[in-house]
Amino acid sequence: MTVKLVVGLDGTETGDRALAFAKDLASKIDASELIAIYVIEWSPFTFQTADENAKRHLRREEEIDLATSRIVEPAVAALRSAGFNARGIVRHGDVAETLDKLTVENGGSQIIVGRASADGFTKRMFGSSTQNLVMHASVPVTVVG
Amino acid sequence: MKTTSVFGLTTALAAAAASPLAAQDTVGIDDKVNQVFADLTGPFVSLIFAPFPGTSFPWIVMWLVIAATVFTLYFGFVQFRFFKHAIQLVKGDYSDPNDAGEVSHFQALATALSGTVGLGNIAGVAVAVGIGGPGATFWMILAGLLGMASKFTECTLGVKYRNEYDDGTVSGGPMYYISKGFSELGLPGGKILAVVFSVFCILGALGGGNMFQANQAHAQISGIVGDYPGWITGIIFAAVVFAVIVGGIKSIANVTEKVVPFMGILYVGAALVILIVNYDQIGWAFGQIFAGAFTGLGVAGGMVGALIQGFKRAAFSNEAGVGSAAIAHSAVRTKEPITEGFVSLLEPLIDTVVICTMTALVIVISQQMIINPETGSYMLNEAGTAIATVDGNSGVALTSAAFASGISWFPYVLAIAVVLFAFSTMISWSYYGLKAWTYLFGESKTSELVFKVIFCIFIVIGAAASLGPVIDFSDAAIFAMAVVNIFCLYFLMKLVKTELSSYAARLDSGEIKKFTH
Repeated sequence: MTVKLVVGLDGTETGDRALAFAKDLASKIDASELIAIYVIEWSPFTFQTADENAKRHLRREEEIDLATSRIVEPAVAALRSAGFNARGIVRHGDVAETLDKLTVENGGSQIIVGRASADGFTKRMFGSSTQNLVMHASVPVTVVG
Repeated sequence: MKTTSVFGLTTALAAAAASPLAAQDTVGIDDKVNQVFADLTGPFVSLIFAPFPGTSFPWIVMWLVIAATVFTLYFGFVQFRFFKHAIQLVKGDYSDPNDAGEVSHFQALATALSGTVGLGNIAGVAVAVGIGGPGATFWMILAGLLGMASKFTECTLGVKYRNEYDDGTVSGGPMYYISKGFSELGLPGGKILAVVFSVFCILGALGGGNMFQANQAHAQISGIVGDYPGWITGIIFAAVVFAVIVGGIKSIANVTEKVVPFMGILYVGAALVILIVNYDQIGWAFGQIFAGAFTGLGVAGGMVGALIQGFKRAAFSNEAGVGSAAIAHSAVRTKEPITEGFVSLLEPLIDTVVICTMTALVIVISQQMIINPETGSYMLNEAGTAIATVDGNSGVALTSAAFASGISWFPYVLAIAVVLFAFSTMISWSYYGLKAWTYLFGESKTSELVFKVIFCIFIVIGAAASLGPVIDFSDAAIFAMAVVNIFCLYFLMKLVKTELSSYAARLDSGEIKKFTH
């Protein structure tokens, strides 16, 4: 049976460390698949101007293209060239919630993420996405420092 | 011709600002602006508010009431039957997770609300209650409830017939559904009616969506810092709006869009605090509202006066039937246009039935309006045109005084709220006006810039002119939009009925399901 490992990318160094750890882990498993996921932080309950709404579809496509070409595709390509079975997903939403949901949907058995990259006030007020994920995830989570 | 004179005016304003004698001339400039503006707009205002022959009842008010009633009956009280479903849609229960990142129902509703919740709820209600008495509130609530069906009709069509361009942007609104809908039904005249609507929409954007906002924002600021010429407020507002809509400085708009909902909640919260503190008078206040609705309580114009004011101010506040919301709602991402119709029917409820009623209750309870102790009826002012108030206040100043009687420092918060509401309404209406403008003149950068500059110039005029002519023109322009829009909705409503029947059947059969989130 293929073990599916989900890696949460965030375009930063901590995300890269999570990816490196996932590779290490996958290399020790006979049949594995690495699913690299990048969640674009977004909420359906924000306030926008009419002009922003009118251009939202266009912006969404641009955001997905950018995240795919700059973050997910290079990561997946590097994994494949290193001999791993890998694929990528880009989705909008709450980072922790969406990462967990996509993991469940895709049959992932573990989530690997970098430690919190949020800083200062926001982190103190609301906690980081990593903290939220650790508290609410449906599968085991490995946080890479 | 009008544009030329307006450009001349701004040159004069700039010269006056630079002159050492400016301070002496400033009041004179306000007077001149006021006179020229009143003369120019008088005939248009008279036509829109013409009474039925032999009565004092403006035909336009009846036009709005009949339309809202017809839509309510035609769609079988859709505003009540699908109320719960509307809430579920806003919560995102029926939103496809794969569409995450697109405009949500909540966002479309919030954007439309930020265009309507504002001075209409604060100043407009005070005007209605000040002239029509507490009874105006009853008719305002009724108009709000009926108006939900008008909003449902126009917003469904707004999404159904919007233009989706190759680059992924969208443009929607009455001008699009009128021309496309009429053509689909094989009816003539759709294009002409769409053009007429667009012209009125531009006037509405410049009037109610701009001048009224600038005018009342100035009234509120000068009430706190002391009297000073209105054109100064106008130029400051115009500069900030210019920075956002022409300069593309999104940060200002973004901050406003986040602060405005907070101010709205603060406003309702403050009203609730005053009502809770005076809970023993709420029953009396509702008594005044019901009694005034049918007797007038000695107000000028009696029951009919209360009704006219109530319906007028409700329509001005929630814009049901006007067509503006259809422009705002058309950006939502949905496979079912009618879902946005359901969501939009919450707008008049929040705007009019909840927020306007709160304002009215605070004004009535604060007893700023003078009651004759002998008769128990309200006393009229010297001119006999409105109810006499404790300090002679009207409009936003009356609301401010009413809140101050419960929370002494609230006028300062209200002043900030009014300025922010005015600003966010202006940004919303600059978009509505722009969509009508580009429908007429094409979506080129130059064409857009011309409208945006005109829009900013009207901010200065609105702040400088006095309330009377501004409110008359603002009402007339907004209602002129409703004349064309509602006329067309009568022809197009069967298209909405087809959508409604199909959707309701699929919802009942379970074909349309909730997504598990």
